[in-house]
Amino acid sequence: MSKLTLTAMAAISTLAFSGISQAEKIAIVGGKVHTMTAQGTIDNATVLIADGRITNIIKSAKSPDSSFRVIDAKGKVVTPGLIGAYTSLGLVEVPSWVGTVDSSSEKSNLSAALDASLAISPDTTLRNITRIEGFTSAATSLNYTDNMYKGQGAMITLGDDQLPVFKPHAFMTVDLSRSGADTVGGTRAALWVNFEQALNDAIYAAKIKFNPQTEWHGLLNKTDTKALVPVVKGEMPLLVIVNRAPDIRRVIQMKADFNQLNITLVGASQAWRVADELAAAKIAVILNPESNLSYSFDENGATLANAERLHKAGVTVAIGMNTHNIRLASQHAGNAVANGLPWQAGLASLTTAPAKIYGIDDQYGSLKVGMVADVVVWSGDPLEVMQAPTNVIINGKEVPLESRQTKLRDRYLSLDKEKPQQYVRP
Amino acid sequence: MKNKKLSKAMLSSLTLVAGITLVGCGGDEAKPAQAAFVEINKNPFPSTYQALASVPTLITNVNLLDGIGGFVENTAVLLENGKIKAIGNDIAATAANVKVIDGNGKWLTPGIIDVHSHLGVYATPDTGSHADGNEMTKPVTAAVWAEHSLWPQDPGFRRALAGGVTTMQILPGSGNLIGGRGVTVKNLPNRVMQDMKFPGAPYGLKMACGENPKRVYGEKGGPMTRMGNVAGYRQAWADAQNYQASWDKYKIDYDAGKDAKAPKRDLNLETLTGVLAGEILVHMHCYRADDMGTMIDVMKEFNYQIASFQHAVEAYKIADKLAENNICSAMWADWWGFKMEAYDGIRENIPMVANAKACAIVHSDSDQGIQRLNQEAAKALSDGQRAGINISKAEAWSWLSANAAKSLGIFDETGSLEVGKNADVVLWSADPFSTYSQAELVFIDGGLAFDRNKPETWAISDYELGQVGEGDHK
Repeated sequence: MSKLTLTAMAAISTLAFSGISQAEKIAIVGGKVHTMTAQGTIDNATVLIADGRITNIIKSAKSPDSSFRVIDAKGKVVTPGLIGAYTSLGLVEVPSWVGTVDSSSEKSNLSAALDASLAISPDTTLRNITRIEGFTSAATSLNYTDNMYKGQGAMITLGDDQLPVFKPHAFMTVDLSRSGADTVGGTRAALWVNFEQALNDAIYAAKIKFNPQTEWHGLLNKTDTKALVPVVKGEMPLLVIVNRAPDIRRVIQMKADFNQLNITLVGASQAWRVADELAAAKIAVILNPESNLSYSFDENGATLANAERLHKAGVTVAIGMNTHNIRLASQHAGNAVANGLPWQAGLASLTTAPAKIYGIDDQYGSLKVGMVADVVVWSGDPLEVMQAPTNVIINGKEVPLESRQTKLRDRYLSLDKEKPQQYVRP
Repeated sequence: MKNKKLSKAMLSSLTLVAGITLVGCGGDEAKPAQAAFVEINKNPFPSTYQALASVPTLITNVNLLDGIGGFVENTAVLLENGKIKAIGNDIAATAANVKVIDGNGKWLTPGIIDVHSHLGVYATPDTGSHADGNEMTKPVTAAVWAEHSLWPQDPGFRRALAGGVTTMQILPGSGNLIGGRGVTVKNLPNRVMQDMKFPGAPYGLKMACGENPKRVYGEKGGPMTRMGNVAGYRQAWADAQNYQASWDKYKIDYDAGKDAKAPKRDLNLETLTGVLAGEILVHMHCYRADDMGTMIDVMKEFNYQIASFQHAVEAYKIADKLAENNICSAMWADWWGFKMEAYDGIRENIPMVANAKACAIVHSDSDQGIQRLNQEAAKALSDGQRAGINISKAEAWSWLSANAAKSLGIFDETGSLEVGKNADVVLWSADPFSTYSQAELVFIDGGLAFDRNKPETWAISDYELGQVGEGDHK
């Protein structure tokens, strides 16, 4: 099935399941609205939602007519739905010792061609557990393979959609860190040669229409090489896992050599040392701002100031690298703010920054007319550990603040010792 | 709990006598002389801890969380000679050289105590050379002591200090049924591990339920099931009872004047008999409610006390039983799902345990988590409040200090802001239940161990000297 067909199917499914079929009209009234656009932050504003889209943002607290259901956001904070920047949501329920886990691959015949969009399940309990904390969509891909590629990732909604992928083949991830080197003999001297050769092969392969009889002696097989074609054309963002500064400089050089590449760094503990060069090369970074220990020599100098220093230099910073607890990315962003990142940049690291990295910023990550209505109402500052969502709207539909975890909580919140707990319906 | 342990200790033949190895025999010249009585030195690696030099310090106008449920706005605290000397606005600063710190708008708390850390035994850099925390060579390794793996140059200690952690228990890992002894340390690493050891703190014993031991040993001779795990604990305790009886008999025979021969020392069983005597505190890694329920009965069968269940992800399901059996739960705020026995983790675990009047502790088991334990407490508190559980910030701080200190047997010395306690205190830039609050000053025994605003005074581990980022803000 071609990429185009899949994209078209995903587009149709998004419309069918998240838009027209759930045409509730909602007015979020009176909140402090962080639009994350040129409109900035508006106190006491109203956000209108219809047909799964944001239809208006009014600079006062009023609901236009009775067809809108009102959510009272007085004294509350309204933000775009948060985007999980780097996750394996939908690909894993429990990672350890449970048999098949779609987020990891060993001894596969494929590498770059691995396609997360085909393995995603909307039935994962992680969906509700994550969305009730304000995350409404996510980038998802494999997080472990035994080669340097993690394959093609996808963008998913955390709404009730049975087909959650709204952008398949959204990005490609390659590991150019120590662990990547370990897959090609344990040295970067092999790593870079391998990867740059694969890119050159892909440039060549872009001109070929492969069939089973096509003779091919490239470094990767035909399927994997084809998967890299949109990467070398700059049509598919390339995520590069990398930590140490010399490797990051190498990535910057690689972008000069393959000037179509649309690169974002992942991890990037020492990125602060190369901040100006990254800004000049327009390379964004997805990081964990709390990572401040040298897990290897590559991460010497890891600092809580990484996010702040990169932002100050003009680098786009996205925050959020986890799966089961991607919901804690808002706390991570708060800690980046505690260590110098401006607050607006902290919220941007969870919204506009990932949207921009994945090329979905025309639909997601900010509040303006026409955007997908992923909107969260918070009890207060979303980056504060004691605040939480009070309303979560995904694709224009408010979802209940329920998950398997809240059901477990409610079952045991007040113990009824008269009967076995399994007879207690939360 | 501590008193009970002491009385149990006195009943035991293996009473705590540090340093004495010989006891003189009677002087009846007609009888053949008895060999010298063999008594085990319980403290062969004594603490050489020395507090930092300190000056009397008066912190004024500060909001105080005392760690035992109290909150006072706008008060003052005097630290002197390593102790908390006085609390209240009427303090007359007696010493001439008192340093006064204006705590206006700031918060003062007891230092955070992390009961579950692997700093030093799983040090960074995270190399095989530094993987010294899990002696996974056989299921019962009660003979090993975490302190013998502890590398004081782990940069993680200094990071934890910046998070307000003044005391921690360093535990072996959870690969074994009985993993070995844990050690309680002050967060002031120096040249050798003895320099950090908390003077007089009892040893801990790390045990583990559930998945980890059976995963590690399932194909290495067992146990490979939970039932195999339990057989393993019970056999170990039965062996320990037998060993203790042999030493009891030796003492009885010796006291009767017989030429008794001391039993051969067994370092595994020596640690286990220390638990049966109430001298060593059991900290047991256990996730599932049913696993904890089983261990409560094993504990009763062999008449020892479990001080805490570690992780206790399902403690909320049996909080009443944990309260009845006087067992603390040391928990994360929201870690879950990384393996089946962590699948039922919920965000309200900690407040639900506290609400059942059971002992709740916030722990890290993480070199990153340990840097923000105040935020872990904050999350748990707010999740509990949203679920309708009525808990205050003042009570929640006991999860980080008093309850932790009690479970480690050091509450007489630290874990609360009370007159006479060790001056282990943290001055926070703002309400420490906020993401943006940071530890500005951290005192250990009255000595200023960390001053956020004076980078030139920060401790730097040997590892970080001459490396990228030496002395940087981390």
